[in-house]
Amino acid sequence: MIDLKVEVRLFATFREGREKKYFLDMPEGSKILDILDMLKINADEVSILLLNGRDGDAMRTINDSDVVAVFPPVGGG
Amino acid sequence: MYGYCGRVIRINLTEGSIKKEDLDLEKAKKYIGARGLGVKTFIDEVDPKVDPFSEENKFIIAGGPLTGAPVPTSGRYMVVTKSPLTGTIAISNSGGKWGAELKFAGYDMMILEGRSEKPVYINIDDDVVEIRDAAEIWGKVVSETTDYLREMHGDKSKVLCIGPGGENLSLMAAVMNDVDRAAGRGGVGAVLGSKNLKAVVVRGTGKVALSDEDKTKKVSSDKTGILMKDPVAGGGLPTYGSAVLVNIINENGVLPVRNFQESYTDQADKISGEALTEKYLVKKNPCYRCPIACGRWVKLEDGTECGGPEYESIWSFGADCDIYDLNAVDVANMLCNEYGLDTISVGATIAAAMELYQRGYIKDEEIKADGVSLNWGDAAAMVAWTKKIGLREGFGDKMADGSYRLCDSYGAPEYSMTVKKQELPAYDPRAVQGHGITYAVNNRGGCHIKGYMISPEILGYPEKLDRFADEGKAAYAKVFHDLTAVIDSLGLCIFTTFGLGLPDYVDMYNAVVGEEHDNESLLRAGDRIWTLEKLFNLKAGLTKADDTLPKRLLEEPIPDGPSKDNVHHLDVLLPEYYSVRGWDENGLPTDETLRNLGLEEYIGYIEK
Repeated sequence: MIDLKVEVRLFATFREGREKKYFLDMPEGSKILDILDMLKINADEVSILLLNGRDGDAMRTINDSDVVAVFPPVGGG
Repeated sequence: MYGYCGRVIRINLTEGSIKKEDLDLEKAKKYIGARGLGVKTFIDEVDPKVDPFSEENKFIIAGGPLTGAPVPTSGRYMVVTKSPLTGTIAISNSGGKWGAELKFAGYDMMILEGRSEKPVYINIDDDVVEIRDAAEIWGKVVSETTDYLREMHGDKSKVLCIGPGGENLSLMAAVMNDVDRAAGRGGVGAVLGSKNLKAVVVRGTGKVALSDEDKTKKVSSDKTGILMKDPVAGGGLPTYGSAVLVNIINENGVLPVRNFQESYTDQADKISGEALTEKYLVKKNPCYRCPIACGRWVKLEDGTECGGPEYESIWSFGADCDIYDLNAVDVANMLCNEYGLDTISVGATIAAAMELYQRGYIKDEEIKADGVSLNWGDAAAMVAWTKKIGLREGFGDKMADGSYRLCDSYGAPEYSMTVKKQELPAYDPRAVQGHGITYAVNNRGGCHIKGYMISPEILGYPEKLDRFADEGKAAYAKVFHDLTAVIDSLGLCIFTTFGLGLPDYVDMYNAVVGEEHDNESLLRAGDRIWTLEKLFNLKAGLTKADDTLPKRLLEEPIPDGPSKDNVHHLDVLLPEYYSVRGWDENGLPTDETLRNLGLEEYIGYIEK
């Protein structure tokens, strides 16, 4: 099985008890959900999930060199 | 009378006269209050073609029916005048505690006319209203002015004032209140400066009368509960302030960098809400009756404690100038509060100057005497220019009237990232199509807050829209524009929309004022207010050509990052926006639209 290199960026409260950034080796066929599980992030608490800066969703299969950004609900203006 | 106080103060500074008038309640209810009532009163009394710095320009300060009422976020008031920056109607909103205090003193609105011969300030102590000499405080910064006036009139008094920026007529001057709160945009502080009015001190011991006290209590508790349970209003905003947006806007490739030359940076985390909270935050700094408390109180590296920056200011002094030194950003923000300047316009003007320098328009010899660079990323220079703008010192004098006039003086207005000569805020509209239409049509020029399409297009409130799509965006933006006009006119904070919707505002209005509105009628009042502002601008001489974006954003695709290759689709969205508003192809409201909105008196007001 080929490992995929993925960069995961966490923001706001998701940084509590975790790192800001992870570089992970994931098995081929992994989904974003697998990354969330690995980092013990409840998918229901994720408000915005970006895959390479575009709207993603937890069931998307990841590719090599993908960047995943994970946010709880945030707002301002 | 409930919600409204029923009294208006009219002061003519030329004559030194003070009058108290009855509020026209019918007019107030039709236009809700604050923004709506201010705009209606202004257009009734002032020729839209007026020179903003002439004696004939008036300056209105108004609370809404909910300002000072016991409902969440009721600390807000509105300033209405003709903007010297844009030549449009100026509608600038501020929080803090001053607005509520004006209502406690028993007044819905102040109308300031004429021009005093020498510097003066106004003191309001319930029924006593007086004009006093301001020689002692003219020239002082905002914190010193505030301290002086509170020592003079008691520390329960609330102070609204201008700083040196307003006195020296910077077109980016703000009206400040409670030291670090600003009615920031449109150069409104310069209008007070032109009238030689330094400050308005207010102390009130009354209360806002409520139509139904029990109902108001229940409604207020329900709405506060909704806000506290909302993960943004009750979670993200109190924890990180509005600066929590830095990372999410950047990760989407929407954070303008180097004067909108790029829209992504790998340095954003250094100036993020997370970094601000970790390194500089001392405590939250809430406005009157605000359960959200997005306001920040920070400690600078030199030990000074002061009001902290919100998202837009962090962007303008930060990424827009390619600066990722958060202490320098905090310092520039504090300086703007002290000089009484709009942080968005000042930071964006420094960024525009840096681009003019990058492209060789500004030469070394022009800034040599200042001894300050215009290099991207020079944090010390950015702070130095902020000071020089505040004092109109050296090359700062040329920058003090904003980026449009600066760039235009070099024959290069295209490098001014402005709409109607007002600096755009912290979102690249090339990658957020609905937000771009808000920028283009905003009645007060480049502004994000009068129809915050970032909410649905990026943050997913109240639902997630595709930010690159055009379809339905014009209609969506119109509803946001009308709803914002309602919230501004009630005297509440726009951040309540992170949790509350139209029916919640109807509930609060009806509980406080008495049963008057339903969803449809309240939102229609918002439409009426927006349309009236548009009529003012048309009469002032603005046209469809002013409802546009800087050329860069229409023609140059974003060069890199997550939003690469996009431009804004104004050609698609502008005609749709005019159409959903019931305006003709030139942006003129049709007679039928005016009739539907109860604006019959304006049929024929604009020559077609």
